[in-house]
Amino acid sequence: MEQGILTAIRTVPLDHYVLLSFLLFGIGAAGVALRRNTIIVLMCIELMFNSVNLLLAAFSAHHSDPRGQVFVFFIMLVAAAEVTVGLSILVMMKRIVDSVDVDQMNRLKG
Amino acid sequence: MAALFYILAALSVISALTVVGARNPVTSVIALVVCFLSIAAHYVLLNAQFLAMVHVIVYTGAIMVLFLFVIMLLNLNKPDGPRKSLAMRLAAAVAGGLLFITLAAAVRQGVQIPPAAGFDPGVGLVRSVGHVLFTEFLLPFEVSSVLFLSAIVGVVMLAKKDKDGTDQATDITEAERARRAA
Amino acid sequence: MNQDLLAALVPALPLAGAIILASLRRKLSANAAGGLATALIVGAFAASVLLFLGFDAAQGGRTVKLLDWVRLAGMDIPLALRIDALSLTMMFIVTGVGALIHLYSIGYMHADERAATFFAQLNLFTFAMLLLVMGSNFLVTFIGWEGVGLCSYLLIGFWYRTPEYNYAARKAFVMNRIGDVGMVLAMVLLFQRFGTLEYDAIMDRASGVNDPLMVAATLFLFLGATGKSAQIPLFTWLPDAMAGPTPVSALIHAATMVTAGIFLTVRSSALFELAPFTQDIILWVGTATALLAASIGLFQNDIKKVLAYSTVSQLGYMFVALGLGSYSAAMFHVTTHAFFKALLFLGAGSVIHALGGEQDIRRMGGLKAPVRTTYITFLIGTIAIAGLPLMSGFFSKDLIMAFAFQRSPVLFALLLAGALMTAFYMFRLLFLVFHGSYRGKAHPHESPLTMTVPLMVLSVLSVAGGLLNLPHLFGGHEAMKHFLETAAEGIRYESLELSAMTEIVLMALTTVLVGVVIYIAHGRFAVKATLEGDEAAMPFLKRLVARRWRVDELYRALFERPFGWLSTNLHAIAENRVVAPLVRGVGDAALRVGETVRGLQTGNAGFHLLAMLCGLILLLTFTLMGG
Repeated sequence: MEQGILTAIRTVPLDHYVLLSFLLFGIGAAGVALRRNTIIVLMCIELMFNSVNLLLAAFSAHHSDPRGQVFVFFIMLVAAAEVTVGLSILVMMKRIVDSVDVDQMNRLKG
Repeated sequence: MAALFYILAALSVISALTVVGARNPVTSVIALVVCFLSIAAHYVLLNAQFLAMVHVIVYTGAIMVLFLFVIMLLNLNKPDGPRKSLAMRLAAAVAGGLLFITLAAAVRQGVQIPPAAGFDPGVGLVRSVGHVLFTEFLLPFEVSSVLFLSAIVGVVMLAKKDKDGTDQATDITEAERARRAA
Repeated sequence: MNQDLLAALVPALPLAGAIILASLRRKLSANAAGGLATALIVGAFAASVLLFLGFDAAQGGRTVKLLDWVRLAGMDIPLALRIDALSLTMMFIVTGVGALIHLYSIGYMHADERAATFFAQLNLFTFAMLLLVMGSNFLVTFIGWEGVGLCSYLLIGFWYRTPEYNYAARKAFVMNRIGDVGMVLAMVLLFQRFGTLEYDAIMDRASGVNDPLMVAATLFLFLGATGKSAQIPLFTWLPDAMAGPTPVSALIHAATMVTAGIFLTVRSSALFELAPFTQDIILWVGTATALLAASIGLFQNDIKKVLAYSTVSQLGYMFVALGLGSYSAAMFHVTTHAFFKALLFLGAGSVIHALGGEQDIRRMGGLKAPVRTTYITFLIGTIAIAGLPLMSGFFSKDLIMAFAFQRSPVLFALLLAGALMTAFYMFRLLFLVFHGSYRGKAHPHESPLTMTVPLMVLSVLSVAGGLLNLPHLFGGHEAMKHFLETAAEGIRYESLELSAMTEIVLMALTTVLVGVVIYIAHGRFAVKATLEGDEAAMPFLKRLVARRWRVDELYRALFERPFGWLSTNLHAIAENRVVAPLVRGVGDAALRVGETVRGLQTGNAGFHLLAMLCGLILLLTFTLMGG
C-alpha cells in the first residue's frame, strides 16, 4: 500500500492537482455569487478554503516540505473560527429579519 | 494508482457542483460532506496522513455537523425560497468558469513547477508535521488559541440577548422587524 | 540691564500693546487704551535710551540674534536685530516722536468710538517700524516693511465708512506694493549673488564688486524706496493718505514710515556706492520730486494736503542727499524733518480739532488768538521748515544744498527754487490759517493739554534739532555724522569741502531770498488774504500746477483705464466663458460620474464578489497577455 501511495504522488502530475483545486475554487466562487441562501454561501466559502488547502498539501508533498501542511493546519483553524462566527451571525440574522437571504443584507448600499 | 486520483477528482467536482446547485440545503450539506471526504482521500493519496485525519475531524466531524445543526435549528431543511435573477446566475457561472480557465491558462503558460529534489515520502506523517508545528511554528500555534478565544467571545456576544429581550447586536425595534418580515 | 534683552524689548513692548489692545478693544475706554499705548511706547523709548547709553560707538554695530527663522541648506536667515548708530537713530525717532504722537492722539481721538482699535493699530505700526529699522537682514526689514504698509492701509482707511477714504487706503497699498516688488526682486538678486541677506555680510562681500547686477539690485531697492518714501513715480498716494486721522498723518506719513526708503538706502549705502548710475538716478528723481511736489503745494487749499506735498518735497531733498552720497546729511534731515513735520501735522490736527473737522484753509483765518499755543508752535514749525537761520531745518537743508553746490551750481539753483517754494507755501498756509480775519462758521477752541504738550516738546526739538549735527562753521563738530559713520564700516561718507566763505555766502543767499519770499507771502496772504478762485479761470500753467500736474489723471489714463479694460474683458471672456465653465464642468463631471458609479454600490455581497472575480480575471488575463 505504501508503495502504491508513493506511486500516486509520482504518477499524478502536480499540474492535475493544481487544475482540480482551481476547478473547485471556481465552483465555490461561482456558488457564492450564485446563491441567496446564506448557509450555502458559507458552505461555498468552505469549499474555496478546501481547494486552497488541497493545493498547499499537493505542493507540500511534491516539494517534501512539511511547512506547507502546517499552513493547511492553520487555515483549518481559521476556517473553524470563521464558521462559528459566520453561523452565529446567520442565526442572529434569522432571528432579526426572519430570513437567511444574503440579498436582504444590503445595508452597505451606497 | 493514478486512476484512483481521477475517480476521486471527479467525485470532488461532482459533489462540489451539487453543493452549489442543490435546491435543498440539506442536500448541499451532504454533498459537501462527500466533497470533504474525497478531499481527505486526496490527502491520503498525497501521504499527508496527519492532514487527512485533522481534516476529517475538523471539517466533516465538527464544521459540517455545525452546519447541519444550524439548518435544523433554523428549520431550513426545505427547498430554497427565491433565487437570483437568471442573468445574475449566468454571470456568476460564467465568471466562475472564466476564473478557472484563466487560472489554468496561467499555470499552463507561466508557472514552471520544478521537480522535487530529494523526495521524502514521510513528509506528511504526524511526526514530521508535528515537529515543524511545535518548533518553527510554535508562536503562531499559540497565538491561534487567542484567535479561538476571541471567536468564542464574539459568538457569545452575538448570540446573547439583552435583559429586556431585545437583541444586543442591533437596535431594530419590533415594528421594524415585523415590517421586514412582511 | 542686559543689552540683548533691551534690544528685544524695544519692538516687543509695542507688539504687546497691539495684542493687548486688539483683544480688549471692546472693554477699554479711549483714555485707558491711549494711556496704555502711550506708556508702552514711552517704555520702548526708555529702552532705546538705555540701549544707547550702553552702546559703544567705537565698537561699531552688533547683532542680537533672537531665534533661528529660515534655516535650509545654503540659507540661514535668523530673526535678529542689529544695534548700531543708524538703527539707534531711527529708534529714537520712531519711539520718541511716536510717543509724543501717541500722547497727542489721546486728546485727538477721545471722542472716537473705535479709539482702542486705533491705538492697537498705532502700536502695531510702531512695532513694524521698529522691526524695519532694527532688522539685521533684509528679510526682517522686509517683514517690518510690509507691516508698516499694512498698518498704513488700516489707518488711512480708519474711518472706513467714507468710500473715498477706502479708495485712498487702497491706493496707498497698491502703490506701496509696486515698490515692494522692487524690494523683493532686490532681495532675490542679492541673495543669489551673495548667498546671504545679512546686512553686514552683504556689505563686506560687496566691497569692490563691480558688475551690472549691483546696478540692477540697487535700482530695485530704490524702486522699493520710492514706493515707501513717495518719490516719483510712486508719490501720488501720500497726499491721498491724508484721509486718515491726523496723528496717523504725522506719525506714518511724515515722521517715520515715509523715511523707510531713506533708511533702507542708508542701510545699504555700501551697495549704492558701487553703483554710481543708480546714485545719479536717485539724485535726479529726488530733485524732480522736490520741485514737483513743492510746486503743487503752492496751490493746495487743504491744510493737510499742503503738508503732504511738503513732505514729498522734503523727502525729495533727502534723496538728493543720498544721491550725492552724503548719507549723514540725509539722516540729519530725516531727523529734523521728523521733528518739524510731526509738529506741523499735529498743529494742523489741533486746528482741525479746534474747528470741528474743517480742513479747508479758505474757511480759516484769524485763528492766532483763539488757539494761541497751536499758533506759536505752528509758527516755530513753519520757520524751521522754511529754513530760517539757526532753526533745525536751516542746518539740515543747507547741508544738503551745500553738498549740491559742491556737485553743481545748477543743482543748487534747483534746490534753492524748491526751498523758496517751500517757504512760500508754508507761510501762505500760516498766514491764511492764523492771520487776517476768521472766514469760517465753527467756534474755534484751544485743544486739551494732551495735545498741546506734544506740540511744545516738538517745537523745542524743531528749534534745537540742529544741534545734533552742528557744522564746524557754527562751532559744532558734526556729531551725528561721526556717530552714523560708525554704523557703516568702510564707507566713507561724503564730506563737505567748500570753503567757509562759500558756505556763508550760500547760506546768506538762501536766507535773504527766503526772507523776500516770506515778505511777498505776507503781503499776499496776511494783509489781504488772496484766495485761489475757480480753477477754470486760471491761466493754463497755473491751472496745470493747481491740478497737481495732472499726474493722477495721467496714471489713470495710462494704467488704471487699460487695466480696468483688461480686467473687464478678461472677466467677460477668459473667466466667464473659459475658466468658469471649465471649473464648473470638472465639478459637474465628478458629480455625474459619482451618480453613475454609485449604482454599482448595491450592498449585495454576491454582486461585489462577482465584480471582484471579474477584476481578478481581467488582471490575470492582462498579466498573461503582457508577460
